[in-house]
Amino acid sequence: MVSETPLWEVFIRPRNGLAHKHVGSIHAADEVMAVQAARDVYTRRGEGTSIWVVRSADIVASDPAQAGENFEPTADKIYRHPTFYEIPEDVGHM
Amino acid sequence: MALWEAVLELADDHLVLGHRVSEWCGHAPMLEEDLAMPNMALDLIGTARTLYDHAGALEGAGRDENRLAYFRDERAYVNCLLVERPNGDFAQTMLRQLYFAAFMEPYWRQALHSSDAVIAGVAGKAVKEMAYHIRHAGEWVIRLGDGTEESARRMQSAVRALHGYTGELFEAGADAGGVLPDRAALRGDWDRVIGEVFAEAGLRQPDGVPMQSGGRRGLHGEGLGHLLAEMQSLARAHPGAVW
Amino acid sequence: MYSQGLIGADGRTDEAPEFLEAFQKRIDAEEKIEPMDAMPEGYRRTLIRQIGQHAHSEIVGMLPEGNWITRAPSLKRKAALLAKVQDEGGHGLYLYAAAETLGVSRDQMTEELLSGKAKYSSIFNYPTLSWADIGTIGWLVDGAAIMNQIPLCRCSFGPYARAMIRVCKEESFHQRQGYEIVMTLARGTPEQKAMAQDSLNRWWWPSLMMFGPHDAESQHSDQNMKWKIKRFSNDELRQKFIDATVPQAQFLGLSVPDPDLTWNEEKGGYDHGPIDWDEFWRVVKGGGVMNRDRIEARQKAWDDGAWVREAALAHAEKRRARKLAAE
Repeated sequence: MVSETPLWEVFIRPRNGLAHKHVGSIHAADEVMAVQAARDVYTRRGEGTSIWVVRSADIVASDPAQAGENFEPTADKIYRHPTFYEIPEDVGHM
Repeated sequence: MALWEAVLELADDHLVLGHRVSEWCGHAPMLEEDLAMPNMALDLIGTARTLYDHAGALEGAGRDENRLAYFRDERAYVNCLLVERPNGDFAQTMLRQLYFAAFMEPYWRQALHSSDAVIAGVAGKAVKEMAYHIRHAGEWVIRLGDGTEESARRMQSAVRALHGYTGELFEAGADAGGVLPDRAALRGDWDRVIGEVFAEAGLRQPDGVPMQSGGRRGLHGEGLGHLLAEMQSLARAHPGAVW
Repeated sequence: MYSQGLIGADGRTDEAPEFLEAFQKRIDAEEKIEPMDAMPEGYRRTLIRQIGQHAHSEIVGMLPEGNWITRAPSLKRKAALLAKVQDEGGHGLYLYAAAETLGVSRDQMTEELLSGKAKYSSIFNYPTLSWADIGTIGWLVDGAAIMNQIPLCRCSFGPYARAMIRVCKEESFHQRQGYEIVMTLARGTPEQKAMAQDSLNRWWWPSLMMFGPHDAESQHSDQNMKWKIKRFSNDELRQKFIDATVPQAQFLGLSVPDPDLTWNEEKGGYDHGPIDWDEFWRVVKGGGVMNRDRIEARQKAWDDGAWVREAALAHAEKRRARKLAAE
């Protein structure tokens, strides 16, 4: 049996000025074919001006089991948000 | 005035090749190619439609795109022989695409400056499409030529099967009175692109293959008649109907 | 969708009642579940089964419509049909990718389709016998699919919901494309109108069957609703479809082939005649006229493409080696 064609994640910049955004995945044997496949699959309706592809296997993700220790400690640091500070309305927009 | 006939040649090239490529839809070697090939077919059919309309207008006999596409027999079709070649395997389809696109890309580049505004307009769009077809098909030809033993054998046999139809690309057809590019002058560009791809793919241009010709005079192989019989069957069964 | 690491991994979870309860709480709070999150094995299995089946339906669905690409009666129709069939392939691709986040590969799913282990929508086991069928499929089959798919955009599993949002956005032209074809035929020559009516006669009942068995007989419904993989019952969606479609047929001057079809003022919807579930099960189980041909066509594309996929991988390996040698 033929071994499987690798999976790639596709990121597209919808137009200049915006960041590349994850849009989905494709299979391709190498990076050149991956960009071509991403173009043919994900930009059929003028959705993009630039494509990034990265091998799915190369993505390092945070562990969902550590989501608590990773992301919850910031919840009580409300002084990082502008609404924490009281400025009289007369001062105007700040 | 033979300009309309020269435009018709171009339109037939694009429709017949677009039709051939569309035959793959749903049967490609991998899903990604099931999406890529219709993109190419749609580029070609789109160009054909504009060209048919233009040919019909230049002819002035009231024939629109569908009249021209669906109600002419094979002897009246003036496409080159390369585009009507059957799909064969994926190697043949990709090579046919590369041969055609490597010819049309410099053609449209020249046509950007055509005195005919419709032609210049088509060229602006088509030149980019053909550049992408060269890349897409070229990358596949490289991979198949320099892939496995089997793929290299299939690729080289595709070269043998199709090479004899490349000479006709550069032959003059109906006289366009200088409005369309001179085909013979595009040889250098074509040779360069094919040479680069073949070098990377490890493919050889075969020697001593006799060159076929005749498409521009309506002298085709037997495959075109079947293609047209299928394509035109419904439209011809209901002449005058609107779809 | 980044869970390549999951492929082949053992997805077993500790399904203690507390775990299931906590999971259900997340679902009830409309939280999306993402691929790496802990989830009950049954939830994962159900999604793989459903997304796979959905993807296979898109892929097999390319065949009946593809049957008319080379015979489309005008260049405009040819281009639109080609674009539509291509979209179906794209939808299959997005959906396979969504399922792949759950630890199953596209190749595995393909093999299950080819071996007959995985199912696909039974509607595609009916043949397209006239150009009108291309219109009717867009109108009825895509119409029925949209009824099913719009609620799936809110499915609890993130990758599936995201894929469906993209699918629904792209599908919006499909049904209109189909209805326009049927409308043109219905307003055309007597032969064209007859073609449209014959097509509606053949596709109406299979379209109603697309929503699946009656709620009372549907074995997977309850748990799927609870997990928000499914949001409306089969019968609810079928009713919605009938109520939307009957006036569209009337507008065209075509008659719906159901002598029992009557407007029920009280429920504000149509009552319809009995669905032939024997036929439904016969076709699901492989007895439809096209079942064998559909799988054979997919098998042939898969087999004929093997040397191409193999060559691409071999070339990629050579490129890697050359790059390393050059460094």
